[in-house]
Amino acid sequence: MSYFRAENLSLHFGGLKAVDAVSFAVEKGEILSIIGPNGAGKSSIFNLISRIYRPTSGRIFFEDQDITEEPPYDIAKLGIARTFQNIELFENATVLSNLLVGRHRHSTTQLWQELLFLPSVRANEKVHRRRVEQVIEFLDLEPYRDKLISGLPYGVRKVIELARALCSEPKLILLDEPSSGLNVEETDDMSFWIRDMKSELGITVLMVEHDMSLVNRVSDRVIALNYGRVLAMGSPAEVQQHPDVVAAYLGA
Amino acid sequence: MRFLFKTDYEDDIRLFPHSGYLVSYGILLAVLLIAPYMLSSYLMSQLVFVCIYATVGVALLILTGFTGQASLGHAAFLAIGAYTAAYLQKYNVPFPVYFLAAGGLTGIIGAMVGFPALRLTGIYLVIATISFALIVEEILARWESVTNGNEGMRVKTLSLLGVTVPRDSPTFYYLCLAVLVLTIVGTLNLLRSPTGRAFVAIRDSETAARSMGVNVALYKVKSFAISAAITGFAGVLFAHKLSFISPEMFTLQLSIEFIIVILIGGTFSLHGAVLGAIFIVMIDPFLTYLKDDMPGMIAGIAATFGAGPAAAGSIKSNVAAFASLNGLKGAIYGIIIVLFVLFEPLGLYGRWLKIKLFFQLFPLYKRATFKRQKIYVKSERNR
Repeated sequence: MSYFRAENLSLHFGGLKAVDAVSFAVEKGEILSIIGPNGAGKSSIFNLISRIYRPTSGRIFFEDQDITEEPPYDIAKLGIARTFQNIELFENATVLSNLLVGRHRHSTTQLWQELLFLPSVRANEKVHRRRVEQVIEFLDLEPYRDKLISGLPYGVRKVIELARALCSEPKLILLDEPSSGLNVEETDDMSFWIRDMKSELGITVLMVEHDMSLVNRVSDRVIALNYGRVLAMGSPAEVQQHPDVVAAYLGA
Repeated sequence: MRFLFKTDYEDDIRLFPHSGYLVSYGILLAVLLIAPYMLSSYLMSQLVFVCIYATVGVALLILTGFTGQASLGHAAFLAIGAYTAAYLQKYNVPFPVYFLAAGGLTGIIGAMVGFPALRLTGIYLVIATISFALIVEEILARWESVTNGNEGMRVKTLSLLGVTVPRDSPTFYYLCLAVLVLTIVGTLNLLRSPTGRAFVAIRDSETAARSMGVNVALYKVKSFAISAAITGFAGVLFAHKLSFISPEMFTLQLSIEFIIVILIGGTFSLHGAVLGAIFIVMIDPFLTYLKDDMPGMIAGIAATFGAGPAAAGSIKSNVAAFASLNGLKGAIYGIIIVLFVLFEPLGLYGRWLKIKLFFQLFPLYKRATFKRQKIYVKSERNR
């Protein structure tokens, strides 16, 4: 059985088939990229997995468990974290508290304990903080710890969003266009981090990306979508040479 | 200016970042403790109201400032706390029991208000909470067997562990102060633990909070319940302070006063609740003063600019008529809100921070430091 599996996943808005009977599987420890022109249904697939949308039909399995009916907040508890295409950070909070929200799925303390800030809460806070510091070190975010998000540049926000997802110690991470809006240097950093996430942290990566050089550098496999359907699946080189993919991009 | 070198995670957790805070808050506490022996009985009474309003302000900050759920129904929560106390008092229930019962009941009702609020945001939530407040007001007026209707209820003098505590005694003030301090400490504790961070996460991006594993519905209800419970506790003290409660004390205007408390104080920090409470409690005697003295003052000014005695007299009576207009207070509140939202959205506490920074950085302070930054494209689709 595959690690993560989508079976005949469909999402229809009235007559529009945003996602149309898409099936794919992700193996443990691989980096799988989803590519496709605008409106192909890439982000919709992510929103289906993280339950922002409810699939019209089809099923989603993670670690041999059917997660199609799980409520959205339980998806994170299962170990699936995500980032957003248009950055969804907590604007008026510091970087540190943004990252600590990433630890939410690991918090075990009760409300009354927190009101009194019992020693157990304090100890837990320190454990969370230690984990967050590891991620800060991994992504070189040391200068920004106490800064408010609202004052930070776009490129840094993008990394912080990745950091927040990593703080939840996910098994599978969904990256929605990790390099959009980043310059060449930042994109390079991103590609190293994505590979390190796989090799050092053992995280399985599913990402949507337009930048083909990044896709080629990091992906083990690629899926090409258009009009909500899978056009091709395979190694980056195979997919790029697939006649349907060429037609979709160039309109030949 | 002091530079902190953090060497331990504890440095980011503790309530007082360095010893200077301990000293200044220690002095503040000492001043507050000896206040009853220094201030006139009128100012003491105002100080008790500051404590009560600040407690409600903190409650409202949890809900509106930190969880981002606007509420214009807090007068109703205050009323529920007050009436629970007055009702249980009739059956000789001791103070600690009805104090806790009032908070508990208000908290449960707050949670129940929270459930319909799950599907509402922004202005719709405000309307829903206003309707809740109106419903409560109506129930208080009609449910005569319990609330005594529009005639109101008399609240007996507080008796704590066999000792009577009159509403203008120092002990009553200490009780209110203790409730305020405990509320603030509890809220600060909450804000530095996972629940508080989840509240802030919901305020800033529900989608992201959900995708990080925050059960948004549960935490919204929690926030409503905590906020209502604290307001209920404050309601008990409010009832005792007034010694008489009736439905027309808990109108929409009171809810608006609570909103003013946090808007003027500053919605991003608990300091705001206290500063806002001082402002709203002290504006009342100020307005009365204006009402009494302004007509004479303006007539005097007119006279010095050459107005005859008849003209000065008519100016005086016109100004007096204007100053005693019904609803003038509401209009002044409205103007204050508008001015603060436009010119000082960070509130009095924000102003204080700016003044502090000005002196810390002198002469290098830049006005742009607190300028609101451009916010990047934010997707509205997933809301």
